[in-house]
Amino acid sequence: MHLEAIQLNKHFPTRNGSPIVALKDINLHVEGGEFVCAVGASGSGKSTLLRLIAGLDRPTSGEVRVDGVRVTGPGADRGMVFQNYSLYPWMTVMENVAFGLKLRGMAAQQQQQAAAYYLEVVGLTKFAKSLPKELSGGMKQRVAIARALASQPKILLMDEPFGALDVQTKEIMQQFLLEVWRRTQTSIFMITHDVEEAVFLAQRIYVLTAHPGTVQREILIDLPSERDYHIKRQPRFQDHKEEIMDLLRGREAVVLA
Amino acid sequence: MTSIEPLPIPNKGGDRTYQMLPPTVFWRIAEGIPRRLVLILVALSIFVPLLLWWMVSTSGVVQPAYLLPTPGQVLGSLQRLWTEGILPADIAYSLFRVLSGFLLAAIVSIPVGLLMGSFASIQALLEPIIGIVRYMPAPAFIPLLILYFGLGELPKILLIFIGTLFFNTLMIMDAVKFVPKELIETTYTLGGRRPQILTQVIFPHILPSIIDACRVNMAASWNLVIVAELVAANEGLGKRISLAQRFLRTDEIFAGLIVIGLIGLAIDLLFRLLLKLSCRWAR
Repeated sequence: MHLEAIQLNKHFPTRNGSPIVALKDINLHVEGGEFVCAVGASGSGKSTLLRLIAGLDRPTSGEVRVDGVRVTGPGADRGMVFQNYSLYPWMTVMENVAFGLKLRGMAAQQQQQAAAYYLEVVGLTKFAKSLPKELSGGMKQRVAIARALASQPKILLMDEPFGALDVQTKEIMQQFLLEVWRRTQTSIFMITHDVEEAVFLAQRIYVLTAHPGTVQREILIDLPSERDYHIKRQPRFQDHKEEIMDLLRGREAVVLA
Repeated sequence: MTSIEPLPIPNKGGDRTYQMLPPTVFWRIAEGIPRRLVLILVALSIFVPLLLWWMVSTSGVVQPAYLLPTPGQVLGSLQRLWTEGILPADIAYSLFRVLSGFLLAAIVSIPVGLLMGSFASIQALLEPIIGIVRYMPAPAFIPLLILYFGLGELPKILLIFIGTLFFNTLMIMDAVKFVPKELIETTYTLGGRRPQILTQVIFPHILPSIIDACRVNMAASWNLVIVAELVAANEGLGKRISLAQRFLRTDEIFAGLIVIGLIGLAIDLLFRLLLKLSCRWAR
C-alpha cells in the first residue's frame, strides 16, 4: 500500500468573491502498515484533507493516489471512521459490522464469520445483538472501527475518532487502537487536534498550520512501536510533544500579531 | 486617570430577595404529569362534551327538537342501522375506497418522495409542479373526475389518490433531509453504490417518518372519501349522512359522524401501533 497526496489545494468559494484557501500545496504519503497522524488546530483544514483522501470531496487542484491509482471518489479501499460513530441505528452491532460485506454481495454465512472475527478483535462479541443506542460512546466507536476493518481496506482514515469521548475512555481507546493496529497491520491515517494523542499513536506526524492549511513539518516519532500510557512520562515523549506544541503556538502568534 | 467605580448596587447578595420558580404539577413545561392526572383529564375530555350534549338536548332549549337528538336517540339509530346491515355495508364501502386510493398514493409517493429527497435534480424537476398542484383543493377535482370517469368507484378512488399523493410525497421528501450526511458518506467508504444507499440506508432510516406521514395523510384521505360520497354515491358513510339530511334524520347524521370519527381514530391508532412495532430502534 502506498498512499500519496500531491500538491493538494482546496478552495471554498465565498459570497464576497475571494475564495477561502482551506489547503495549500499539501504533499504527504502513508506507507503500508504505517500509523500516521496529521495534527493541527481548528481551521487547519485537517477534516478537509481527510475528506479529499477519502474521495468525499474533490480537490481544487492536485491529486491523491492509492497504489498509483488516482482517487476520483470514495471506495472500500479507504475505510473511514468519523468522530460521531455514524452507526446505522436500526441495525444490530453485528449487522453494522457486516454491512460493508453485505454491500459487496458476500454470502450471509461468510458475512457472519467475518463480522464475528472483527467483533472479537474489538472485544464486543457479547454485544453482537445490541442496538447502537444501547452502547456507550467508546463501544460505539469500537463498532465503527470493526465495521471499517471488516471491509479490509488498504488504509483506515480516522477523523478525530476519540474527540467526543471523556478523558479516561479516550486513553483506553488509544491503547486499544494501537493493539488493533498491531494485530491487523492495517495502515492508519488519523487526524486530531490532540498533540499528545498524535505522539502516543503515530510513527510519523504531519504538523498542519492554519490560514491556509499547510504542512509545516513532518516529524518522525522516535519511540518504540510497542507503547502503553507509561510512555507519556518519558522525556523523549515530552520532547516530541513540546516541539509540536511550539510549532502550533508559533504559527498562532504570527497570525495574532 | 480615573479608577473604575464599583456599580452602586444597594443590596449586594445578602439581604436581596431572590424569587424561586414556584412548584407546579399542571403547568410543568415539556415534562410529564402523573398517570392519575392523565386519566382524569382524558376522562374529562370525553365526558364533559357528552354531558353538555345530553343536558342541552334534553332541556328542550333547541326547537324544533329534531334538530338536536339526545344521546339515547343517536345510540338507538346506531343500533338500528347496524342490525339492518346498512351501517356495516356503508363502512365497508367507505373503507374500500379510502384504502384503495390511499394505497395507490402510497405506492407512488414513497418512491417519488425518496427520489426527490435524495437527488436535488429530481427535486428541481418535480417540486415546482407538485407545489402548484397541491394547493388546488382535491374536492375541486370532483367535477372533472365525474366528467372523465362517470359515477363509479374510479373517480372516488382517484379523488383520494390526488388528495393524498402530493402532501405525502413532500413529507417523505423532507424526511430524507434528516438522514445524517455522515451515514451516507460512511456507506460510500464501505463500498456502497448509490442504489444501495437509497434502498439500504435512506429507506430504513426514514421508515418511521414514512409511517408517520402516512398516518397524517390518511386523515386527509378519510375526510375526502366522505366528501366524495356526499357528492355522488349510492352507499357509504357520506352518502348515509346526505340521505339522512333529506329526511331530517339528525339522529342518523349524528350516528354517521360518530362512526366516521371512531373509524378515523382506529386507523390512526393502527398506524401508531405499526410504528411502534416496526421501528423499535427509533424510540
